[in-house]
Amino acid sequence: MNPDQALPPLLSLRGIVKRFGGFVANDHIDLDIAQGEAHALVGENGAGKSTLVKIIYGVLAPTEGTIAIDGEQVRLNSPEAARARGIGMVFQHFSLFDNLTVAENVALVLPRRESLAGLRARIAEVSRRYRMPLEPDRDVWSLSAGERQRIEIARCLLQDPRLVILDEPTSVLTPQEAYGLFETLDALKAEGRSLLYISHKLEEVQRLCERATILRLGRKVASCDPRQESPRSLAALMVGAQIAEIRPAAHAKGEVRLRVDALSAEAETLHGVDLAHVSLSVRGGEILGVAGVAGNGQAELFELLSGERTVERAETIIIGGAALGRGGVTARRLHGAAFVPEERNGHAAAPDFSLAQNVVLSRHATGGVVRRGLVRYERARELAQEIASAFDVRKTGPDPAARTLSGGNLQKFVVGREILGEPKVLIVNQPTWGVDAAASAAIRQALVDLAARGAAVLLISQDLDELFEICDSIAVIHDGRLSAPLDAHAATREEIGLLMTGATGGQQEDLHAH
Amino acid sequence: MRIDLEPRPARSLAVDVAAPILALAAAILIGGVVVWLLGKSPTRAFSVYFVEPLLEGWSLQELAVKACPLALIAIGLSYCFRANLWNIGAEGQFVMGGLLGGWLAVATHNGAMQGALGGWWIMPAMLALGVIGGALYALVPALLRVWLGVSEILTSLMLVYVAELALDYVARGPLRDPKGFNFPQSVTFDDVARLPFLAEGERLHLGVLFALVALAVSAFVFARTLFGFEVRLVGEAPRAARFAGFSDKRLTLAVFAISGALAGLAGIAEVAGQIGQLQPKISPGYGFTAIIVAFLGRLSPFGILVASLVLALTYIGGEAAQVALKLPNDMTRAFQGVLLMCVLMADVATRYRVRIRLGAAP
Repeated sequence: MNPDQALPPLLSLRGIVKRFGGFVANDHIDLDIAQGEAHALVGENGAGKSTLVKIIYGVLAPTEGTIAIDGEQVRLNSPEAARARGIGMVFQHFSLFDNLTVAENVALVLPRRESLAGLRARIAEVSRRYRMPLEPDRDVWSLSAGERQRIEIARCLLQDPRLVILDEPTSVLTPQEAYGLFETLDALKAEGRSLLYISHKLEEVQRLCERATILRLGRKVASCDPRQESPRSLAALMVGAQIAEIRPAAHAKGEVRLRVDALSAEAETLHGVDLAHVSLSVRGGEILGVAGVAGNGQAELFELLSGERTVERAETIIIGGAALGRGGVTARRLHGAAFVPEERNGHAAAPDFSLAQNVVLSRHATGGVVRRGLVRYERARELAQEIASAFDVRKTGPDPAARTLSGGNLQKFVVGREILGEPKVLIVNQPTWGVDAAASAAIRQALVDLAARGAAVLLISQDLDELFEICDSIAVIHDGRLSAPLDAHAATREEIGLLMTGATGGQQEDLHAH
Repeated sequence: MRIDLEPRPARSLAVDVAAPILALAAAILIGGVVVWLLGKSPTRAFSVYFVEPLLEGWSLQELAVKACPLALIAIGLSYCFRANLWNIGAEGQFVMGGLLGGWLAVATHNGAMQGALGGWWIMPAMLALGVIGGALYALVPALLRVWLGVSEILTSLMLVYVAELALDYVARGPLRDPKGFNFPQSVTFDDVARLPFLAEGERLHLGVLFALVALAVSAFVFARTLFGFEVRLVGEAPRAARFAGFSDKRLTLAVFAISGALAGLAGIAEVAGQIGQLQPKISPGYGFTAIIVAFLGRLSPFGILVASLVLALTYIGGEAAQVALKLPNDMTRAFQGVLLMCVLMADVATRYRVRIRLGAAP
C-alpha cells in the first residue's frame, strides 16, 4: 500500500452547510483534497462554488460542518488564518491598484514589511521558477488582464501556500494566455502543491485535474475523475438535464442593415479605451461576432452604437439606410434598432421598477405603450406578460420588481423585450454573462431565430464558444481597433486568439500560410 | 465591532406609512427633552405646539395659510429629489419670485402703467413674473451643473443668500416707499395687486387653491405621464435612463425649472396674498422647511399635503409657545432640524436592516 494514502488529506470538509436567511447556498458538502492533487470544483452559476471557496478561504463562516487540515480540525475565521494554514487564493476579480507598480501591489498584501529591493528579487525568482513573465517596475494600469492575473498569482505564491485556489482563472484570458497559465499550474503541481480549480469549462478541467467535485443547486451531486468523462456527460451532471443544442437556421443574407464607417472616439473615463477607425457592416440574416478580452473597447463600442454616446459625423453609423451617428437612442430605435447592454441591473433594467415599467424603459417609443405623453401601463403589463411567456421568464407574482428575478430570468426578459419588438438590427453585449446553461441556450437560440427572420445581429462577447456556435463571421476587438471579420466556419480558435492578443495583420497572414 | 447596513428584501406599504409617523413621534420626544432641559413643562409645550392651534377656527385658517407655501415648494422639490438632484435653494427661488412679482405691484401703484387697460391684468402678470423669476433663478444652478459639472447643492444653497440680500437691498433702496417714514418696506399694494381672499373677511387666499392644484397635477404626472416616469427613472437608475434615451441634461433643467417655478409662485402668493408689500424679509425659512416637508411626505403628493400641515403647525405652535411659555423662537427651527434627522434615519431603517457585529470577522 502506498504510504501516502495513510496520510490524512491536506484539506477535508465534512457536512458544510451555509445558509443566507432562508436560502441554502451549500447543503452538506463533503470534499477532500490530497497533498499534490489538482481538484476541480465545477457547477453552473449559482451552484454554490463561490460560497464554498469563500468558506475554505476564511471569508465566510459555515453555518454547520467542520474543516480539517492535515486531519486536525480548524476554524478559519479570516483569510489571514487561512493563509497561515497554507491556503492561498487567486480571485476572479483582481484587487490591484492601477497607479502602483507590480512590486508595490505585491508589497501591499504581504504580512511582513519587506524592502522593495528584496521583494523585486523574490518576484523575479517566482517569475522565473513558474514561467510567468512579470516586470516588477511596470505600472499596473499598463498591463493586460493576463499580466494582472500573474501579479495575483505571484502574490499568492510568495506566501508559499500548500493549496492554491483559483476562481475561474481563464475567464479573462485569451487562449494563448490560458495556455501560459496551465504551464504555471503544471509547475506548481510538480512541486507537490495542491490546486482547487473552479471552472465551468470542462476541457480545462480535463486538462488539469485528476478529480472533480460537481455541485448543483448547493449540493454535491457527483465526484469523479474528469478524464474518464466526456464533456457531455460532465455537462449533464452539472445541469441535471440534457441541454438543448442550438438549431442553426439556414438563412439567406440580405442587404446591409448596419454599417459603421471609421468610427473613432476618445475614451470618456480614466483608463478607458479609445476607439480607432472601427468599421463593420452587418447584413440582414447575418450574425457578426465581436470577440475580445474584456476592457478592449467593447463597452465604448456598445455605447456609441446604441446612441448613448453620439458622434459628430452622422454617416459614421448607418442603421437601415439612415445616417444616425448624431441620433440618440430613441432615434435609432425608431429606425428599427434594438440594444441589449451587458449589465442587467441598473443599465438594461431598473432593479426597483416593475417588469411593466421596465418594458416602458426601452419600448416607450416603439412599443405602443405611450400615447400623447401618457403611459399606458395596462398595455405595458400585457407586453411584459407576453415577453415572460414567450421567453419562459420565471417570476413571482404578476408584475414583480425586476430585482426579484434571478440573473438568468432577468436576462431572458431583457433580451425578450428587445426581440419581441422584431428589430431590424439588434446589438447585444455579453448576453449570456453569468447566466445558467439552459437560459444561455435559450438566448442564443432566440438570436439565431431573429437573424433567420432577416435581422442583422451584432454580438459582442468574450465567450469564444458562444461566438463559434452562432456567428456567421467574427471580428476581434483589441485596444480599440477592430480586425477584419473572419468566416466563423473557417477560422480557428488560435487565429482568433492571436488577434485577441493584438497580433497584427502580418502575423495573421503568416498563420494562414501554415 | 462593525456596523453593517443590509438591504431589506422587500418594503411594505405599512412600513412606508409607519416610518414617517414614528419619526415624528421620535422628534416630539426629543423636543420634549429639550424643553424639559430649558426648565419648562414638556406636556404643556406639547399642548401649546400641537393641540391648541387645532382647536380654534382662526388658527386652523392660519395653518392652511402657512401650509400653502410649504406644500407648493415641497411638491416642486419632489421633482428634483425624485430625480436625485438636490435643489437646496428653494428659499432663494421663493424670494426671487416674490421680488419680481412684487416689483410689478410697486411699479403699477396708484394707476401707473395702466392707461386705458385698467388694472385687471396686474395680478395675472404678477403671478407670471413670480413663476418666471423663480424658474430662471433655479436654472442658474441647473445650467452650471449641466455645463460645468458644478455641484447643484452648493450653488443652489449659496444663491439663497444672494436672493435674500437682493431683496433686502430693493426693499431698503429702489422700491422703498418714499412716504414711508424711512421704514425699509415698499408701498402697500393696491387692491388689484392683492391675491383675492377665498371668502370675505377671512385669511384664506387664492394661493391655497394653487397648492391643491399643484398637488393634484403632480400626482397625475408621476402616476401616468412619460415625463413622470422619466423623472423617477433618472433618480432610480441613471444609466438605465440614458439607455432609455432620456437626456439627463434636459431633465435636470426641466425639474429645476419646475421646482423653481412653484417656489416662485409660492413667493408671489405670499407677498401678494399674505404680506401685501415688499419687506426686507418675506419668508420665515419656508424654502428650507419645505425640504423637510418633502421628505416627511416621502415625496408623494398626498404625503406632502399632510406633511405641510404638520410643519405649518410647528410655525404656529412656535409663535404661541413664545408667548405662552417664553420659549425662544429658535426652538421651532431646532425642532424642524431634529425632525428632518429623524425622518432621514427612519428612511434608512426602512430600506436597510442594521446589524451590529462583534469581533473582527463576520
